[in-house]
Amino acid sequence: MTPRVTNHIAEILLSIENVSLSFGGVKAVAAVSFDIRKGEICAIIGPNGAGKTSMLNIINGFYHPQQGRITFKGVTRSKMRAYQAAAGGIARTFQNVALFRGMTVLDNIMAGRTLHMRRGFFLQLLRFGPAQTEEIAHRHRVEEIIDLLRIQSIRKTIVGQLPYGLQKRVELARALAMEPDLLLLDEPMAGMNVEEKEDMSRYILDVNRHQNMTIALIEHDMGVVMDLSDRVVVLDHGIKIAEGTPQEIKTNQAVINAYLGVAH
Amino acid sequence: MGLLYQIFLDPFVQMGSAPDLLVQTLWEGLVAGVLYSLVALGFVLIFKASGVFNFAQGIMVVFAVLTLIGFYELGVPAFLAVVLALAVMLVLAFAVERLVLRPLVNQSDNVLLMATFGLTYFLIGFGEFLFGGDPKVMISDQLLLPRGAYQIQMLGGFVQLQKLDIAAVVIASITVAALAVFFQKTRIGLALRAVADSHRAALSVGISLEQVWVIVWFASGIVALMTGILWGARSNVSFALQIVALKALPVLILGGLTSVPGAIVGGIIIGVGEKLGEFYWGPLLGNGIESWLAYAIALVVLLVRPQGLFGEVIIERI
Repeated sequence: MTPRVTNHIAEILLSIENVSLSFGGVKAVAAVSFDIRKGEICAIIGPNGAGKTSMLNIINGFYHPQQGRITFKGVTRSKMRAYQAAAGGIARTFQNVALFRGMTVLDNIMAGRTLHMRRGFFLQLLRFGPAQTEEIAHRHRVEEIIDLLRIQSIRKTIVGQLPYGLQKRVELARALAMEPDLLLLDEPMAGMNVEEKEDMSRYILDVNRHQNMTIALIEHDMGVVMDLSDRVVVLDHGIKIAEGTPQEIKTNQAVINAYLGVAH
Repeated sequence: MGLLYQIFLDPFVQMGSAPDLLVQTLWEGLVAGVLYSLVALGFVLIFKASGVFNFAQGIMVVFAVLTLIGFYELGVPAFLAVVLALAVMLVLAFAVERLVLRPLVNQSDNVLLMATFGLTYFLIGFGEFLFGGDPKVMISDQLLLPRGAYQIQMLGGFVQLQKLDIAAVVIASITVAALAVFFQKTRIGLALRAVADSHRAALSVGISLEQVWVIVWFASGIVALMTGILWGARSNVSFALQIVALKALPVLILGGLTSVPGAIVGGIIIGVGEKLGEFYWGPLLGNGIESWLAYAIALVVLLVRPQGLFGEVIIERI
């Protein structure tokens, strides 16, 4: 894969300014600032407990930071509930897969479309006229995503029965079905073998390049991170210790210290 | 030999020799069954959407119907009183969401179950404070529920159909059908199932837990009011009515906690089974088997299908 030249003057989609979050006495995130620009893949990395997932939870409204400002698509918000963030165009996947385990793959992905369904409740009840047309349109969009991620054969399978790697893919499909402006991926490759990781990397790049989707991801596999991302933000103990292109991060002394430790 | 004959042959001989009595028993079983289904449905609605077994369902039935009678006693016309009672159930749904469920998001199901215990005792106390503890008479006539019975001559005898029972079956069937369609065919139905499955995932795709919970608690409040009216019209309305909830337990076990069709079929199986058992096999066991037979039927089903006849298959990967 050839590294892309990042467009540093691209429009800022999400801006995190001086955000802090603590649980009781534990500082999960301390005064972190960074931007995510339109169309890029931004990786958030760091050792365990660095505050990466907390950061994602702040962005999609699960956690409310005690300090700081978050500006998304030019709108600054203080407190936003998770479903409002979703309605605003932020989709995400989870570190340990959060799917609707008792429903089929298709229903899971359709659930991602709920925000786009507009037709009245009673028309849906009767499956009549515009509601039917709408449902067909949504199914069509969902089928495109199913094709893209090559999960045609498991369309009608109950999600709980699928192996982990496929569940991760279904979760990505559901997030894509939301047609978000910003896609957050929490360790999309965790627990996968090399082949599955390559597939997943390809899907992520496809989505980024062909649909021009902005992606922020957390990942531990440095090979994957360096190949995929345009920019990398490094957190350690809740503090941002570095930010830059993969090349810059590879040679950054603070990052090397955080990962390998320093002699005291 | 004598005992075997009494168990395996004699009841069927009786059924054959007096088919009119058999039809009468089946009808009564069906009516009871449909009413059980209605109670069970209140549980299923809330369980489907929040994974909570709502212990307060029984008292909600009593509370809803006491509110109805309370408004009527204040001089409100009967049908307006129904509307007002529904409004109170809506307020209750909002209150439960705001004060009980929202602070407990993402807690384990057991915590939520215990919260519904708390709600139960609150509603008992609050209900007695508002309406007093005395039994009340259902305002059946004012609600235009029919009285009397049809005598139908058939099979060499008479079968008696209470008009109230016919009305109950019709009303309950319409409600149940409407709810089944609601859950299977609409966006809100999909959202409800999603919330039941995973709070976190539902939030991440933009489903508002608050909204969904208010909707299900209100829907189950509507079901509670209808259950209260139909059961209350058969006896009278007192706090003892909350034990109808106990009648719903075997139905839920049989049908599966997550299935609307399961609640219907389970209710009918239990209702008919109870009446047939009581009438034909009861004398063998000294009668009174109606109260435990339902549980026995449910236990047998549990041995074979732990998720109930129609429940979602429980999948746990190890």
